[in-house]
Amino acid sequence: MSGEQVTHPGDTDQRSADWAEEAVRDAASHEDPELAQYALGGQTLSLEEQVLARIDRQRRRKAKIKEERITLAHGAGGKATHTLIDALFLESFRNPVLEAMEDQATLTVGGARLAFTTDSFVVHPLFFPGGNIGDLAVNGTVNDLAVGGARPLYLSAGFILEEGFPVADLQQIADSMAVAAAVAGVQIVTGDTKVVERGQCDGVYINTAGIGVIERDITLGAGTVKPGDSVLVSGPIGDHGVTVMLARGELDIESDIESDTAPLAELIGVLLDATTGVRVMRDATRGGVATILNEVARASNVAIVVDEKAVPTREEVRGASEILGIDPLYVACEGRLVIVVDGAETAAALAALRSHPLGEGAAVIGAVKDDPPTLVLLKTEFGGTRIVDMLVGDPLPRIC
Amino acid sequence: MRFVDEFRDAEKAQVLSGQIAALCEPGRHYSFMEVCGGHTHTIYKHGLEDYLPESVSLVHGPGCPVCVIPMGRLDDAIYISEQPDVIMTSFGDMMRVPGGKGSFFDSKAKGADIRMVYSPLDSLKIARANPDKKVVFMAIGFETTAPSTAMTVLRAAADGLENFSIFCNHVTIIPAIKAILDSPDMRLDGFLGPGHVSTVIGCKPYEFIARDHHKPLVCAGFEPLDILASIYQLMVQLRDGRCEVENQYTRVVPWDGNLKALQVINEVMELRPYFEWRGLGFISHSALKVREEYAKFDAEEIFKIPGIRVADPKACQCGEVLKGVIKPWECKVFGTACTPETPIGTCMVSPEGACAAYYNFGRFTRERVKEATRA
Ligand code: SF4
Repeated sequence: MSGEQVTHPGDTDQRSADWAEEAVRDAASHEDPELAQYALGGQTLSLEEQVLARIDRQRRRKAKIKEERITLAHGAGGKATHTLIDALFLESFRNPVLEAMEDQATLTVGGARLAFTTDSFVVHPLFFPGGNIGDLAVNGTVNDLAVGGARPLYLSAGFILEEGFPVADLQQIADSMAVAAAVAGVQIVTGDTKVVERGQCDGVYINTAGIGVIERDITLGAGTVKPGDSVLVSGPIGDHGVTVMLARGELDIESDIESDTAPLAELIGVLLDATTGVRVMRDATRGGVATILNEVARASNVAIVVDEKAVPTREEVRGASEILGIDPLYVACEGRLVIVVDGAETAAALAALRSHPLGEGAAVIGAVKDDPPTLVLLKTEFGGTRIVDMLVGDPLPRIC
Repeated sequence: MRFVDEFRDAEKAQVLSGQIAALCEPGRHYSFMEVCGGHTHTIYKHGLEDYLPESVSLVHGPGCPVCVIPMGRLDDAIYISEQPDVIMTSFGDMMRVPGGKGSFFDSKAKGADIRMVYSPLDSLKIARANPDKKVVFMAIGFETTAPSTAMTVLRAAADGLENFSIFCNHVTIIPAIKAILDSPDMRLDGFLGPGHVSTVIGCKPYEFIARDHHKPLVCAGFEPLDILASIYQLMVQLRDGRCEVENQYTRVVPWDGNLKALQVINEVMELRPYFEWRGLGFISHSALKVREEYAKFDAEEIFKIPGIRVADPKACQCGEVLKGVIKPWECKVFGTACTPETPIGTCMVSPEGACAAYYNFGRFTRERVKEATRA
């Protein structure tokens, strides 16, 4: 009916959406007219399969930023964030170290293997049950180093402060950072302070960078995963994201749930001592477990099948997610690992995780398969199956 | 969550699945439309189609409130949000919907003050806190959400609030179903009735579907077992050669609806002579506007909106998808020019939209997935 001429008051002045026509032309220019003739295992593709193949090609296309301005979606850790990083930052800074696109850069300096990373924190509210922006900023950077197999050593801390911010609050944040650093065995050795006019930032933003040393002879990476591997998480997912959401008071739910923010270096040490089968580890922050699994599935060109029943999730997190209409798999954690291990090492890895207090709730949540490549599938609790794609849009802005 | 888990029991689903399969006549195909976008979302989110025999297919209907807003209407909303001293408030779902010149998000990035809220009462709070601003609530939805919008207007009136208004885009479900039934390409065997809408309007308004169009309708709840049970009820009706309106969602939906809610709507709003639906065109008496008595809360009266109609992009087939004539993947731009990240049509934006649900959750062929998920 869309093409039909409808006569109606108000119709006289009619425009068309130029951007949409442009997008259609652009996508069409990347179409392969001969796709219909491609054969899969000797069989001609069905119409639906042709569509799926077309989508797959589009997904593998080079990312391009379509927006004229930055929107909140660019910070959500989902598709728009990836597009921004790939199309803008990676293009501008391109080098082999950056191209690995891990949570940390791995550098060889004078014979030593170093891990180097940075992270900024804009969480709102600044204080929430279980932590505040300070311990989050230390733990986040410590964890980004540790998941690369490094022992975190030194951190920097940069503060952007808003005019009028209470000194007592800043003291409390600094104290938390000191405690978190001591627990993680790192020192904050350099820093920076800037103050901006009232209204130019929201209280305080913190940037931390960190250096660690990789002493073990291991190479971890999202691209090293193989069919037959197992997927584990180190505990219940989504606690941090839901805690921060509830702390904003927008949902009117009472709960005693707390953020899971914690330094994971020790837990990772226990795991790596117990098994050499670890392929990749990530801490499931912004974008949650689902985003990490999508990154891994793409980087290794494998399918990941997750069993929803097996994913440890607290009642509060399930409940709040249900209300918000989001999937706990996308909700941020700040002290949870997602680990892919060699299938044969599953039991050893699980036992090692569970032997540490931060890994008590560890569970095997899924397995790696070869087909359909690059997709994350979910066996739902209800007994059906569906895709778990990269997140689009941002249901929970400023969560870390 | 115990209350919810009860309706997600895989064993019970297996039993229902067997019962549905047993009712299939050999060689016959069944297609049922789930009218409501909430159902579409449930179906995909839980992978419910895995339980249906091949001869039963579900067709996604027009009941996603975000999906039916035409581009021109959104341009009007963006126009309002760009007026001096305006704070526009909207449900999160609307933020990424593209109009003729971009979305709320784009407009926000350019400097408009657009805020996400969870309910119209949140907008009212914002209005009280910002007396020097004009706060507008982007009201969308079927009869489900219309009562709370109307309540909010009444509250604002009672409080004598001068800086609050709504941009009313509420639509009504029955004319849309009628339009689908009257459409020549209709090939449906029955309907899953929209549970949430029915809590307000009840089951009676659907009776014409059975009486005049000879199609059964079962008013369905939103948990996956509700939907399977409703499909079973439809199959039983077809086997018995009946076409009636039945209520599966009795724990929530009263047969006569919610008189109070209807009264509240009626107090504040009246039917528009016609309204444009994205993809479906103009449908008469299919939407609500603010009554003249409450004109000072009507953003349409306060701001002189341009009201320019924007033609749907030529390649867009949202209309056919909303009517269930084609499957989402049959649209020429599905998954290529139109993706959840860069939606062209509205069905690709809301998680309740048929195209977004299919793209996000169901974009694979069943055989390959069965192979992959085998233990
Ligand atoms: S793919 Fe996009 S344009 Fe096509 S019907 Fe779906 S939403 Fe509309």
